[in-house]
Amino acid sequence: MAAQYPALQVVLALLAAPVCLILRRPNAAWAVATVITWISLALALSLLGRVLETGVILYPMGDWAAPWGIEYQIDTVNAFMLVIVTLIGSVVMPFARASVEAEIEEERIYLFYCMYLLNLAGLLGIAITGDVFNLFVFLEISSLSSYVMISLGRDKRALTAAYRYLVIGTIGATFYIIGVGMMYMTTGSLNMADLAAILPAVADSRTVLVALGFLTVGLGLKLALFPLHLWLPNAYAYAPSAVTVFLAATGTKVAVYAFIRIFFTVFGGVEIFTAGVIPQILAVLAALAMIGASAVAIYQTDVKRLLAYSSIAQIGYMVLGISMVTVTGLAGTIVHLFNHAIMKGGLFMAMGCILFKIGTVQLDQFEGLGKRMPVTMAAFVAGGFSLIGVPLTVGFVSKWYLVQAALEKGWWLAVAAILASSLLAVIYIWRVVEVAYFRPPPKGSAEVSEAPLSMLVPLWILIGASYYFGIDATQTLDIAFAAAETLFAPPL
Amino acid sequence: MEFLGLLNYWIVVVLMMTGFYIVIAHNNLVKKIVGLNIFQVSVFVFYITMAKVKGGTAPILAEGIEIYSNPLPHVLILTAIVVGVATTALGLALVVRIHDAYGTIEDDEIEARENEL
Repeated sequence: MAAQYPALQVVLALLAAPVCLILRRPNAAWAVATVITWISLALALSLLGRVLETGVILYPMGDWAAPWGIEYQIDTVNAFMLVIVTLIGSVVMPFARASVEAEIEEERIYLFYCMYLLNLAGLLGIAITGDVFNLFVFLEISSLSSYVMISLGRDKRALTAAYRYLVIGTIGATFYIIGVGMMYMTTGSLNMADLAAILPAVADSRTVLVALGFLTVGLGLKLALFPLHLWLPNAYAYAPSAVTVFLAATGTKVAVYAFIRIFFTVFGGVEIFTAGVIPQILAVLAALAMIGASAVAIYQTDVKRLLAYSSIAQIGYMVLGISMVTVTGLAGTIVHLFNHAIMKGGLFMAMGCILFKIGTVQLDQFEGLGKRMPVTMAAFVAGGFSLIGVPLTVGFVSKWYLVQAALEKGWWLAVAAILASSLLAVIYIWRVVEVAYFRPPPKGSAEVSEAPLSMLVPLWILIGASYYFGIDATQTLDIAFAAAETLFAPPL
Repeated sequence: MEFLGLLNYWIVVVLMMTGFYIVIAHNNLVKKIVGLNIFQVSVFVFYITMAKVKGGTAPILAEGIEIYSNPLPHVLILTAIVVGVATTALGLALVVRIHDAYGTIEDDEIEARENEL
């Protein structure tokens, strides 16, 4: 049984999706989605435990030997990704019940859970697979379901946001398969480990270089790397709250993982990458994202949109870590994948609670909210501290290691960019705090109470986790450093 | 001669750029989906072209058949076609909903209406 865990990790969610479609009843669909997500979390934790104990797990799908068959390769990096995705899913599900009921028409709720499960299957598939074409298929499963989930938003701008994301996302995925096709032309293989072994011999050909270009731009679109981020703000702002929480915490993270996988595993043996100009390009784009997106966030009037811009800035941090091509930098990126997932998940959940109670997240409606919804706003402030990078929070841990990695390389400008971006974060978080705490509630406004406990508890679990793993970061850091080291180790 | 030998690849590049241009330049949401389709089809042609082996037949295990084309890219492209169909269907469904909500499917008019909100 334990030997089949890698397959079950993806198949369970994939099979549960049509079950929701048959059940049709909102509560039944919710129960199926929740149970499946929790089982997936248990599977992911057990896989991570096994990987940490015994090393890489190889799982040939249907017993077809690699490189002909599709092989699942689970090392520390993707085992950690599996845990991040399922963990966020497990916390989002209890939250989703009340939030989805409030934001999506009743006859569409079961469709939402169906799409959520497909999305989960897609994200887990991207994380677990060791085959570059299989990755494309899962990428499209997760993307198509996320377009549908975004379009379920109440605001009609959700429809155009979903449409624009669909167009950009499809271009990104198509760029990715063009890159895969070119690699296949020169190597005759689609297996990541096999590609890593063959590519160095043919790395001088222009085809491989062009392939790398297509792969970079394609995945750059998916992970919203500046300046390819234009789809993201509206998609996050107008999607239903539960969708925003889940996508913001997992969707782009998994794309960052795929990016790391292509660069460090598939192209791991190719010197063009480590010696070339690509790291500099990535570093500049990352710095622009960190400062530019944070600056734009300050001027937003919709707080969900503000947080969406802050996500683009945070993706900049991750790409900055990648661009350093050192173990410390990469470990900073990997630990930030986890840290950002929990803190941004928590912040978007706070938005979900506010949307649930007052029906809007426009900043001017936040007046006096510190008194009207004290528990939710306290969570927002606590999460905001983490976003800024105050010590004792997870945001501080990630930034500490990224700064350290930048100092190792002597990249003073990168350090300056991290500091500047953190200062800008202080401003945009302060704007919200100022309106919520220091302005009196508008006259005649009804006394607002808190959202139900089923929403507040998941919110505080994520916010609490962002302090727990900020105070004692040894567990996450150990895994992140082990993961970064496996990425730099020579291929098997 | 080299140009003719690479004719399929030239077609791929022309189709790819045509599709990409339509997606970027056209204002009509349905036309954008059409452009996206042309863009994707160019990739299908690309994969199928690289699988072709000169003088090769279909990959059938039979007497006298020694050279055959690589069947794997064909299978990959079958998958990609399915993905393309799903994307087109979803894209068009979204266009229908956008038309219901905004009363237009011209990108600039939608944007003008969004800015009023």
